[in-house]
Amino acid sequence: MIEGEQFDRRRRSTKGVCPVSAEHKAAPREQFTGQVGFILSAIGSAVGLGNIWRFPGVAYENGGGAFMVPYLVALLTAGIPILFLDYALGHRFRGGAPQAFRRVKGWLESLGWFQVMICILIAVYYAVVVAWAGSFFVYSFGLDWGDDAASFFVGEHLQLADVGGADPWFTFDFVAAVLIPLVIVWVAVIAVLAAGVVKGVERANVVFIPLLVVAFGILVVRSLFLEGAVDGLNVLFTPDWSRLGDASVWIAAYGQIFFSLSVAFGIMITYSSYRARKANMTSPGLVVAFSNSGFELFAGLGVFSALGFLAAQEGVTVADLNFQGVLLAFVTFPTIVSQMPAGAFFGALFFGSLVMAGFTSLVSILQVVSAALQEKFALSRRAATLGMGITLGVVSVLGFSTTTGLILLDTVDAFVNNLGIVGSAVFMCVFVVWVYRKAPELRYHLNAVSTTQVGRWWYVCVGVIVPVMLVIMLVQYVIERIDKPYGDYDTTYLLITGWGSVLLLFVGAILFTLPRWRGREAFTVWPAYPPQDPAVMKEASR
Amino acid sequence: MNTSALLMMIVALVIVWGGLVVAILALRARPERDDYPAGGEDDHREDTEILRHDT
Repeated sequence: MIEGEQFDRRRRSTKGVCPVSAEHKAAPREQFTGQVGFILSAIGSAVGLGNIWRFPGVAYENGGGAFMVPYLVALLTAGIPILFLDYALGHRFRGGAPQAFRRVKGWLESLGWFQVMICILIAVYYAVVVAWAGSFFVYSFGLDWGDDAASFFVGEHLQLADVGGADPWFTFDFVAAVLIPLVIVWVAVIAVLAAGVVKGVERANVVFIPLLVVAFGILVVRSLFLEGAVDGLNVLFTPDWSRLGDASVWIAAYGQIFFSLSVAFGIMITYSSYRARKANMTSPGLVVAFSNSGFELFAGLGVFSALGFLAAQEGVTVADLNFQGVLLAFVTFPTIVSQMPAGAFFGALFFGSLVMAGFTSLVSILQVVSAALQEKFALSRRAATLGMGITLGVVSVLGFSTTTGLILLDTVDAFVNNLGIVGSAVFMCVFVVWVYRKAPELRYHLNAVSTTQVGRWWYVCVGVIVPVMLVIMLVQYVIERIDKPYGDYDTTYLLITGWGSVLLLFVGAILFTLPRWRGREAFTVWPAYPPQDPAVMKEASR
Repeated sequence: MNTSALLMMIVALVIVWGGLVVAILALRARPERDDYPAGGEDDHREDTEILRHDT
């Protein structure tokens, strides 16, 4: 408030005194209105579809209750530290990913664009999943999928082509049931982004995140009291301690934390750049990280209770059911709600929750692209948002609302996540921490503005543990993909769409880096590092 | 639920949700620092004012 008053006075005092030429005019950097708006927006970004449909399956496959040990270790040694790294970069260097990395070292701008490219590729298919969830929200009211949710999803809803059989791997046969909601999603997300960080992004999250918690909360509580729910929870939580000696379980835990926190592809850098300079960073960061895991665990309770119920109804074991990814959401869950009392209501709650979780994450993904374009090409928010939104919306419709959309989505998702995001995080740690030695400066920055202090342990996490775990994941994935074509798809198709997507990340990063930077150049970093007062340095570097 | 599953569920919930509660309480108790290094004017140069310092 005081800050606002000072600002108004300053503005009045210069009015009419200094003539303002158009070229000297600079739009202000937008700012979240405060702690709550920022925290809810960051939670909206982190809590996405993966929290609902990825975590339960990963936990079950990796030792059930025993998985919680590596999961919590991964949260503390990788999730929170890398979240802080993103926050520190965005907050100190006050820019979207390309701008922030450029201020670390000129040529690193390309790493920022690499992250923007990841967001571009993810956005075009992520929007489709949100659109599917929107359709299923509508279908819920009449339980339109009937007795066979699997056939309904791939047949009536997606009209999936018989690739590898009668149909080509890629078609332009559009499916109206996907195309129409997809266009609506793009219009909605463009409207939110065009309204700005405060009036669009923050407002959307302040509404949707509490609503998501309430809607999903009702669903989880109901699921817990279904017949057979206890069996589901037994399956999820019964620990298999012998699995703790298995390296792959630890890698899975680091992967789950890493993928679910929305780190290392520009989102948290961009969001933290919209915080006031004197803003607490690490304490809200802890709230965001624990909220994300808290929601994930909550979703695990709900999903496995519901699976236990379905298994009891069908006389099978929980292990026989689909409990991960697209099939859990669009086949298994519809089957569950068909069989539970007041199914239509709970179906609508589930798909409404998916829409909200997905939509807020999509907003954050596109804000990365929008911010980067605004800063590099000196575009207005509206121009950047519209240009980006329309272009990506068209690509999204052309590629993913056809009868081959699901196959393309599955492939691009697998390659961009496992190679793109993991690679980006490794590059980030290597260049920021090792090559340009920015970790002490970033830690000093975090400590200078935050109430929770970051100790020296952080260097070990972002300099050693995170890159080592991620390199192992990366190498393992590359070997796996070379050994066995992903999803047993056609190898030429995978070369073009899967490996092609990864190539596109690099090509896009280079092409976006090449043009002259048209945005504002001068920048004063604050607080100065190293600080002149040795006492300050000592206090902040404890 | 069997005992080991129940125990693991409680431990997981206490750690993750407990961590969340502690994080929220810590933030409420100390929302901001009392002291900041000198400088650090915010970016409020704003729509009608000339560019004073580009941050």
